[in-house]
Amino acid sequence: MSRWDRFVETFLNGTVMWKYLPDILSGVVVTIELAVLVVITGLTAGLVLALLRSLAIRPINAVIVLIVDCFRSLPPLVVIVLIYFGLPSAGISPSGFVSTWLSLALVLMSFSEEIFWAGITSVARGQWEAARSTGLTFGQTLLHVVLPQALRLTIPPLTNRTIAITKGTALGTVVAVTEILGQASSAMSNSYNPSPLMMGAAAYLVLFFPVVVVGRWIETRFAWKR
Amino acid sequence: MIESFFNPEIVAASWPIVRAGLRNTILLSLLVVPLGLLGGLILALLASAKAPIVRWPLMAWVDFFRAFPPLVLLILLFAGLPFAGLELGGFVCVAIAFFLNTGAYYGEILRAGIESVPFGQVEAARSTGLSRLQTTAYVVLPQAVRNVLPDLLSNTLEVVKLTSLGSVVAVPELLYQARQAQSLTYNATPIVVAAVIYFVLLWPVVRLLSRLENRALAAR
Repeated sequence: MSRWDRFVETFLNGTVMWKYLPDILSGVVVTIELAVLVVITGLTAGLVLALLRSLAIRPINAVIVLIVDCFRSLPPLVVIVLIYFGLPSAGISPSGFVSTWLSLALVLMSFSEEIFWAGITSVARGQWEAARSTGLTFGQTLLHVVLPQALRLTIPPLTNRTIAITKGTALGTVVAVTEILGQASSAMSNSYNPSPLMMGAAAYLVLFFPVVVVGRWIETRFAWKR
Repeated sequence: MIESFFNPEIVAASWPIVRAGLRNTILLSLLVVPLGLLGGLILALLASAKAPIVRWPLMAWVDFFRAFPPLVLLILLFAGLPFAGLELGGFVCVAIAFFLNTGAYYGEILRAGIESVPFGQVEAARSTGLSRLQTTAYVVLPQAVRNVLPDLLSNTLEVVKLTSLGSVVAVPELLYQARQAQSLTYNATPIVVAAVIYFVLLWPVVRLLSRLENRALAAR
């Protein structure tokens, strides 16, 4: 057997791959579910916090900044481990899926709040004053004047950050979530063959490569003209 | 609640273990940040050659690693390579994975920095007799780095946070040690201690960054 044949036999073994294909596919479904949940809840919570912060109520803002700074300085894996292995001591036992979702959503919330907030503050004060003086309410000003400008500004950094955090779904494997990496690892130890891992890696590329390319396009499309 | 999360006895008992982890996290960061920067610098300098034949494969390389979760890369190296007869150990795997992954991110940032330096400066520098290398080292890079300093800092923060992945391949860094201490004491306090250490260590950077970012956005 030539070296190449041996390589293929080990890393791209057709029989093994075929056998574990359903496992990997079910992992893909879990990864997508997790990613969609994280993106929706994380971004929504981030926007809500940023809007809350624009009301400029001091004690509330202090709490928001503290929470945001906390999740920006903690590694996501530490948050996951803290929730999954720590909370049971307090009598709550979230599943691995819930722990991962919660952690990544909190991290995305914090990063997106920062970005949304920077976008909101970047809209000149004069615009607020002008809008309010034409008789728009605070809410109307925010919705029709400030947010459309602010959001446009936030799109490039937000896209980048969202992709980076969504990739963190792979961390779920540490707390036994059956997403792609988890499925691939257990298939590898069951079959004594790394082919499932190669399949898992390929699955990640199929999922995320288009996202990165679209992200790059969005970044240039919405980049602020200097 | 206090007993299982902020137990002073457990803090005292597990401190030597956790402290060893902190030391390793710092050492690991001191290794992987320069490695990533080096990888990024190589990519950025290659990309400044404007030939499409260099540019397209480079872009694909960078996007490849931006699409690939770092943990998957790490597991691939750690669990996959032994099947090819190459047993590298957790520490080396972390170093290689970071060189590739964070190198791609640093590369993107440095490339943007280099592109932000007007080409007239290169021409001016070359016409005064500086060589290509001298122009890059003394004229382009200092300005490029300054222009993207907030992004570089932000990525460095992410890299330091990412060293916690080492725990998955048994590198005895902060998170790994904290989990060891947790399973020894049947108590969540060591993990809380680790989280507090990360926070204390990185919070000043986060504050500084959000100030820099706000200023950058407001300036537009």
